[in-house]
Amino acid sequence: MVRFFRRKPADDEDDVFAGADARGRGDEPGQIGFDSSSGPSPIVPSRSVAGRALVFVVAIMTFLSCLTVGAVTIVSAAAGDWQSDIAREITIQIRPVDGQDMLARLDAAVRVAEAQRGVENARALSVADTNALLEPWLGSDLELDELPVPRLVVVTLGDPALLDVDALRATLAAEVPGASLDDHSTWSGQLASVARSVVVGGFGIVGLMLLALALTIVFATRAAISSNLQVIEVLHFVGAENGFVAREFQKHFLLKGLVGGLSGGVAAVLVFVVIEVFAGGFRSSATVVQAQTLLGPLTIGLPGYIAALAIVFAVAILTALTSRVAVHRHLTRLD
Amino acid sequence: MIRFENVGLRYGVGPEVLKDVSFHIPPRSFQFLTGPSGAGKTSLIRLMFLSLKPTRGFMSAFGKDVTRISPSEMPALRRRIGVVFQDFRLLDHLTTFENVALPLRVAGKEESDYRTDVVELLRWVGLGHRMHAFPPVLSGGEKQRAAIARALITQPEMLLADEPTGNVDPPLARRLLRLFLELNRLGTSVVIATHDIGLMDQVDARRLILFEGRLEISE
Repeated sequence: MVRFFRRKPADDEDDVFAGADARGRGDEPGQIGFDSSSGPSPIVPSRSVAGRALVFVVAIMTFLSCLTVGAVTIVSAAAGDWQSDIAREITIQIRPVDGQDMLARLDAAVRVAEAQRGVENARALSVADTNALLEPWLGSDLELDELPVPRLVVVTLGDPALLDVDALRATLAAEVPGASLDDHSTWSGQLASVARSVVVGGFGIVGLMLLALALTIVFATRAAISSNLQVIEVLHFVGAENGFVAREFQKHFLLKGLVGGLSGGVAAVLVFVVIEVFAGGFRSSATVVQAQTLLGPLTIGLPGYIAALAIVFAVAILTALTSRVAVHRHLTRLD
Repeated sequence: MIRFENVGLRYGVGPEVLKDVSFHIPPRSFQFLTGPSGAGKTSLIRLMFLSLKPTRGFMSAFGKDVTRISPSEMPALRRRIGVVFQDFRLLDHLTTFENVALPLRVAGKEESDYRTDVVELLRWVGLGHRMHAFPPVLSGGEKQRAAIARALITQPEMLLADEPTGNVDPPLARRLLRLFLELNRLGTSVVIATHDIGLMDQVDARRLILFEGRLEISE
């Protein structure tokens, strides 16, 4: 298309602004100070979009979300280990019965257990072991030999899936008087329930924090729109589509979401690293030992770090998309 | 291009600011829109660039009934109309170059594709040396020419100018008028809203005269 302003005036015409731009006319477009390395200025000015405060809010929300996800990862992994340990061990309890030889019944229980598929070994706890188990509750001064204390057979499973618990229970009932089987399913079920609750609760908390973040972004976007009404009006009358305007706002919020998200995510990762180093350096500390006994190694591991990274990007994308939707809705109302 | 038939306009529940307005803007035409302050010139201009819709009567733009234009169609229609506001509406955080290039940028064009066009247009309106300046440091006349350049950069089919000479001295006003005539000669329909009788007397053109919301046409 030949531009009208490229046409030179005829001899009998006035050059419309002759003399008004003497300095500019001799230059070539490429030689008038355009910096090709920097792109055009943002159409929505950066300073008009709530800046530092919003980045702080995003960073704090991301930090708390990452901490929650990390804690969920540790507890979930620990619960998995607990369940796995419990599932790999079952206990046969043999109550004293008048007229029955306890040692013979222990041997019979060990024999019956070891004959089952999936059982790695079975071991009867000695009297000393049994007394040691009871000592914390009954004290060391008590003479346990005089009490009718049940004896235990600990059965370690090689492959819990192969064991037919009902068949073992029936065989024990038939062959070992006074024997009962505890497959720890009650504990296992409770632990699974606790683990599920922790995971659901943790993700619920993360969800609520992201929702709160989204609402904050909506308010920040509305404030940005209010302070840029003139820009939006100008964009509209030069033919901008709503999608273009929304993208201009989205760019700012995506940047702020990324900066805030990365800051919060890095801070959370630092906390995890500090906890890991602290736990490694204070292995002799009773508190650390107790925590590690309960929860296993105090590290979120690779899945935890990947989850933290996912939170950072989710926050950035949530920030950008929320602002885009908020701008779109506002523009639709203006239309 | 633009047709009004018994158009009325009121803001909210207020009185009608335009009453039974009927006229037609033909292609390649040149006209003044005049009348005393408060007669409704700016409201009529806003109707013509589709910023408002009439509260009664019939209005069409480029053959389309404006009441049936969907929001998604509006940007394409607005790109066919260039508007120069009395208060310029330049964006203070963008350079003169960027302000003038704005219609091309919103149309999705790359700067490398339009840079030469924008620079040449800025030179054409005498702002070649001010293209990196920001609007707050431009004089009234320079702002006016930047606003005009922004309206012209897409070579619109119709140019609406609201008091384009209201902020400039008489010699510059004459130069701007020559610019509008040049544009008209090249095919753009021009509507200039003004109450400057001296300016209108320089051109033998149709006058749309608004008085208390009613329109009379002086051919």
